[in-house]
Amino acid sequence: MANRPMLEIAALEKRFGSNTILKNIDLKVAEGELVFVIGPSGSGKSTMLRCCNRLEEPTSGDIIVDGRNIMQGTSRDLDRMRLQVGMVFQGFHLYPHMSVLKNVTLAQRKALKRTKAEADARAMDMLERVGMEHKADAYPAELSGGQQQRVAIARALALDPKVMLFDEPTSALDPELVGSVLKVMKDLRAKGMTMLVVSHEMGFARETADRVVFMDGGVIVEEGTPEQIFGAPQAERTKAFLSRVSG
Amino acid sequence: MDRFLQTFFNPVVAAKYAPDIIAGIWVTLEIAAAVIIAGIGLGLLLACLRAYRIKVLNFFIICFADIFRALPPLVVILILYFGFPSIGIRLSGPMVLFIVLSLTLAAFAEEIFWAGFSSVEKGQWEAGIATGLGFSRTLVYIALPQAVRLAFPPLVNRVLAITKMTALGSPIGVSEILSSATTAQSFSGSATPLTMSVAAYLAIFVPMVIVARWLEGRTAWKKR
Ligand SMILES: Nc1ncnc2c1ncn2[C@@H]1O[C@H](COP(=O)(O)OP(=O)(O)OP(=O)(O)O)[C@@H](O)[C@H]1O
Ligand SMILES: [Mg+2]
Repeated sequence: MANRPMLEIAALEKRFGSNTILKNIDLKVAEGELVFVIGPSGSGKSTMLRCCNRLEEPTSGDIIVDGRNIMQGTSRDLDRMRLQVGMVFQGFHLYPHMSVLKNVTLAQRKALKRTKAEADARAMDMLERVGMEHKADAYPAELSGGQQQRVAIARALALDPKVMLFDEPTSALDPELVGSVLKVMKDLRAKGMTMLVVSHEMGFARETADRVVFMDGGVIVEEGTPEQIFGAPQAERTKAFLSRVSG
Repeated sequence: MDRFLQTFFNPVVAAKYAPDIIAGIWVTLEIAAAVIIAGIGLGLLLACLRAYRIKVLNFFIICFADIFRALPPLVVILILYFGFPSIGIRLSGPMVLFIVLSLTLAAFAEEIFWAGFSSVEKGQWEAGIATGLGFSRTLVYIALPQAVRLAFPPLVNRVLAITKMTALGSPIGVSEILSSATTAQSFSGSATPLTMSVAAYLAIFVPMVIVARWLEGRTAWKKR
C-alpha cells in the first residue's frame, strides 16, 4: 500500500445523546483503493460513512480528505470539501422534479459554478459511463431502481470527487437489477476511483475489494484482505457474523 | 311568480346599477390579486425562514401563524379601521382590507408550505448537502419546488376562501362587489342588485375553481 491515503478517518467518535455509536474508529483508504465495510445492523456502518462528509457531525476525531481536514474551516470550506466526497445512498434520492440531466448538472452549476455547456457535457459523459445517457431527458419516476441508482452515481461522479462513499447502494433494488449497479462500481474501481463501500454483496467484495473491514458495536473489529476476512477470520464476532450471513 | 321576478330580476334596476356592480368586481379582483400575491409571498418567505430552525425566529413565526389563523378577520378589520385612528394610525378601507387579508392568507400559507417542507424526504436534503450545495441552495433548488408542489391543492382552497373574504370590506366602506350591491339595494329598494352580486361572484369563482382543478390534475413529476 504505497499509495497516499485519500480518505483518513482518525479517532472518530460519535455519540447520540448518551449512546456511543462509534468508538475510536481509525481507517485509511489509499488512493485507488476499494475498502468494503461489513457488519451487523446497527453496528454503525452508515454513521461512519455519514461522518465522512459530515452529514452526521462527529463528536470528536478527524476526517482527512486528500490531506485536508474537513473538521476544520468555515461552512463554505466544508461545502467545497463535500464536493470532493461523492455519496451514494441506499434510497438513491434523485430529485423527482428534475430530469435526469438536471439531476446531474444541478450541483455542477450551482456549487462548482460550471457553465451550462460544461455541466451538460460532463453530465452526458458520466451518464454514458453508467449506461444512462439514453435517459437524460427522463424523470426519476420513469426509471427503475437500478437505473435511478446509476444516475445517482453519475450525479456524484460529475463533481469529480476524490472519494466515493456507497451506503448499501444495492439493498433497495430488486435482485435482477443489482448486477447493473455493481458493474458500474466495478468499472469505477478499474478506473482508479477511491471507494468506501458499505454493502452486503459479499461476492462483489471477494471480487473487487482491496480490503474488507468488519464492524460491530461501533468499533472496527477486524480488517484484512477479502481472502483473510472471508477465508480465515480471526475474531469470534467476525466468524459468527459471516456464518450468519452465509446461511 | 311575478313578484319574485320583480324582486330578484328587475331589468330596470339591473341596467341602472350594472356599472356599479362591475366597478365592484374590479375592486374585488384588484384587492384579491394584491392579497394573493402578498399573502402567498409572505407565507412562503416565513416557511423558508422557518426551515433554518432558528429558535427565536421560529417562535415568532409560529405565534404569528397561530394568531392569524385563530382570529376572525372581521374582528381585526374592525379594530384596524375603527380603533386605530384613535391612536393616530389612519388607514383607508381598502388598505385595511388588504393588510388583514394578506396577513391571514400568509398565516395559512406559511403552515401549508411548512407542511410541504416537512414532507420533503430527509434524503432529498442530504443529497443536496452531500453534493456541496449547502443548506440555502438545497432549500431553494431541491426542497422548495417539492414543497410548493405539495402545497398546491390546499393553497388553492385557501386562495378561494380569502378571495371570498373581500366581502368583509363592505362594513368598512370598500366598494367591492357586496358593498356596491347592498348600496344599490338600499337605494333601489330591490333585491336585484344582490342577485347581480351572486352572478358576479360566480363569474369570478367558477373560472377559478376550474383552473384550480386543472392545475391539481397535473401533479406528477414527469415530462411535460
Ligand atoms: N440520528 C440518530 N439518533 C439516534 N441514534 C441513531 C441515529 N442514527 C443512528 N442511530 C443509532 O446508531 C446506531 C448505528 O446506526 P447505523 O445506521 O450507523 O447502523 P448500520 O450499521 O448502518 O446498520 P444497518 O446495517 O441497519 O444500516 C444504531 O443503533 C442507530 O439506532
Ligand atoms: Mg446503514
